[in-house]
Amino acid sequence: MILKFLRAKASLPTVFALGLAWTAPVLAEAPRSDWKVTSFTLDNGMQVVVIPDHRAPIATHMVWYKVGSADEMPGKSGIAHFFEHLMFKGTANHKAGEFGQKIAEIGGSENAFTTYDYTAYHQTVTPGALETMMSFEADRMRNLVLTDAVIGPERDVILEERRSRVENNPGALLNEEVDATLYQNQPYRIPVIGWMHEIEKLNRVDATAFYGQYYAPNNAILIVAGDVEPETVKALAEKTYGKVARGPELPPRIRPTEPEQNTKRTVELTDERVSVPSFSKAWVVPSYQTAEPGEAEALDLLSEILGGGSRSRLYQGLVVKDGIASSAGAFFQGTMVDDTSFTVYGAPRGEAGLQQVEAAVDVEIRRIIKDGVTSDELEKAKDRFVRSMIFARDNQASMANIYGATLATGGTVADIEQWPDRIRAVTTDQIKAVAAKYLNPDHSVAGYLLPAKSVEK
Amino acid sequence: MTTLMAMRLKVLVSAATLMLALVFLVLPAVVAARAEVRIQEVKSDKGITAWLVEDYSVPIIAIKFLFDGGSTQDPVGKEGLANLMTGLFDEGAGDLDSDAFQIKLDEAGAEMGFNEGNDAVGGGMRMLAERQDDAFELLKLAVEKPRFDQAPIDRIRSQIVNGIVANARDPETQAARKWAEAIYSTHPYARPDMGTEKSLATITADDLRAFHKANFTRENIHVAVVGAIDAEALKKRLDQVFGALPEKAELRPVERVEPRLGQTMHIEYPLPQTSLQLVYPGVPREAPDFLAAALMEHILGGGTFSSRLFDEVREKRGLAYSVSSALINQEHSSSLIIGTASRSDRAAETLGVIREVIRKMAEEGPTEAELDAAKKYMLGAYAINNLDSSGAIAGTLVDLQTDKLGIDYMQRRIDLINAVKLDDVKAAARKLLSVEPAIMILGPKFVEASKG
Repeated sequence: MILKFLRAKASLPTVFALGLAWTAPVLAEAPRSDWKVTSFTLDNGMQVVVIPDHRAPIATHMVWYKVGSADEMPGKSGIAHFFEHLMFKGTANHKAGEFGQKIAEIGGSENAFTTYDYTAYHQTVTPGALETMMSFEADRMRNLVLTDAVIGPERDVILEERRSRVENNPGALLNEEVDATLYQNQPYRIPVIGWMHEIEKLNRVDATAFYGQYYAPNNAILIVAGDVEPETVKALAEKTYGKVARGPELPPRIRPTEPEQNTKRTVELTDERVSVPSFSKAWVVPSYQTAEPGEAEALDLLSEILGGGSRSRLYQGLVVKDGIASSAGAFFQGTMVDDTSFTVYGAPRGEAGLQQVEAAVDVEIRRIIKDGVTSDELEKAKDRFVRSMIFARDNQASMANIYGATLATGGTVADIEQWPDRIRAVTTDQIKAVAAKYLNPDHSVAGYLLPAKSVEK
Repeated sequence: MTTLMAMRLKVLVSAATLMLALVFLVLPAVVAARAEVRIQEVKSDKGITAWLVEDYSVPIIAIKFLFDGGSTQDPVGKEGLANLMTGLFDEGAGDLDSDAFQIKLDEAGAEMGFNEGNDAVGGGMRMLAERQDDAFELLKLAVEKPRFDQAPIDRIRSQIVNGIVANARDPETQAARKWAEAIYSTHPYARPDMGTEKSLATITADDLRAFHKANFTRENIHVAVVGAIDAEALKKRLDQVFGALPEKAELRPVERVEPRLGQTMHIEYPLPQTSLQLVYPGVPREAPDFLAAALMEHILGGGTFSSRLFDEVREKRGLAYSVSSALINQEHSSSLIIGTASRSDRAAETLGVIREVIRKMAEEGPTEAELDAAKKYMLGAYAINNLDSSGAIAGTLVDLQTDKLGIDYMQRRIDLINAVKLDDVKAAARKLLSVEPAIMILGPKFVEASKG
């Protein structure tokens, strides 16, 4: 059970994944005529998306619930993630471990993850096992048996998970508090995994209430990708999920929003495990859900041009030409329900100091605010985004994640299909405009990870 | 999973994309009955062999390749050479300097990456089929004619040094270093493959050129290609990219090494969570009892949410978030490792539980039912774990080649797995788990109650 933090670790050197598909966009190219995504809704309100991929006899089955840590009650931080763990316990019909055994028997894999805005459960299996997966997943949507005997040890497990991911890692500790400083009012200020002292108090009553409120077909999305036909998936979904009664109608996800920011805020963490200092600087900006038309696309492209990879302005300027940084870049998390963050980061190398790197990053940002970007830069960034979606189709799980994350944050299948066109439509003026509107270096939140002894030059 | 390998993760530099799986980590899972992956062997005019899976459903081509050698070939005193080299393939090749090469690569819409392991240097590219002319030409230049210009060398080296310095006070990194030395002593596997500040400072462009000439040859290469290309076209591409490389490799011999067991290394550090790692003997991939050992290891600690260790340590007692085992096969050494991290005040209890699970497995072995379930898992998991993207398929084909398992292994393995008997697995358990392991403890002081 993986807890997915939506914020990358800005203070660490760039993490390399396979492909550059995930540098920024979490959306897909328009389907070609011979490659069609099907979408429909069951009578009980459960949305279904089928993404065909017949290259190997494999199917990815995912259920996404439109609930994440940002939907938690005050004082109950961590319950969304804790509950994700509890979904692996027994139900009225199947004892704990039975589902996992069925998956293991056919060599399948399974896991789950929780973010600010959604929680997802997934299995990758042979297509013949799809009905079994659906049947077990539909069962645990409503029939979980929660006792103190299963809750106690599992709470210890997530406390260990928190120690592994956060307490043992000074960079993660700093990021938590940078977020808490960046978001003064939005629930994204609270870590997905929860604050230690609140996790310790989570109990059966909390879990039962959370389950009753959010786990129902009308708050869930089924995504099936792989070697399957839409008609088959529809028939199986009706036979399994279709039998689950609709849950309570949930109100719209209207959460507290940020006040205007009029200050420059900084957060520092000094730790003896740190040898080289680093910094990040963030702003609250609109997401694909909250932005004016075109702004989120422009922010995506801005993050790519400013700091998306080795051809970006920050990398070429600070790492290659000036030689003052070991890493420098930017990222934007667009697929979110509420306003989100735009972050730049860097770490010095050689004789350079942290302040020098930060100043150089600020210079690059101010340069875009003043002069904009070139049309050549913009076209290349657009090309990278659009082709990354072709590469994404090479992996059925990537496609399932793109659709799941978009739909679970309030987007539509049409949004995904039209995304490449909207990216193509962004102009250099729009890039300059969003930079000027949102990236004011004087009204930002900076995080500094510093060595214990004063070794900073 | 806190494995020896995971703890040695290096800070990668430049825009190199990590496209190859860790070549030395042979997972205890192998292929699905129904996987309709048709592998062709393609041999070019110049004698370069590749395994090909043709597929046109997504308009891309993925190529992966390995050159035997890796960081064990770093000259003594120049540790980190192979790793540094892998950061330089997109920093200028042929007539193109760093900037020109990267602009062309970006325009071609291809992703290129190189990485290094103890036993091999690997590379790969993923390209749009319609842009393959440009992409293959750039790959050829990178593989055959890397420039190793001084400015990129200095920049990438300084990024690596920065990473080394950044981790100088990180307890996990430092523990992993000491642990590698404790386990492998003076063998090349004990050396830091990223190098040290001192060793990196001695590396020159000539050193890189000599390493490239000795290691990038037609003799020690393994290639796999998946995607929208046929055998005839691939033959020409193989000669285009690799045909001008030297015919023979010049690799220095590396001795086989057994991990040094029966030792405990406690690195005291005031952490809220204590990391534990246990090292037992392993089984070489080519040994007749490898599959029996792999099935045993899966039952012990291999399953995601179901294994004896998972049940006892996490599910029943909540002692840890992650506990697992792995069979590690490098070219010159094998081991079985177990790793976990537990709250420090209960770390001794956790170690005691692990020892008890091991003792029971060594003495009694698994049950018939457990073995049955493990076999079913292994039969089905191969396709799911290894064949879910063109990159994954290509990586699997390269591994099959380096493991010398044959082009028909995906079919043969079904019978091989089904043929393993309970007694074979019990024998593997006794053989591997009856010895006193090497134990690393990273965390505050603790006293182990009693040894198992």
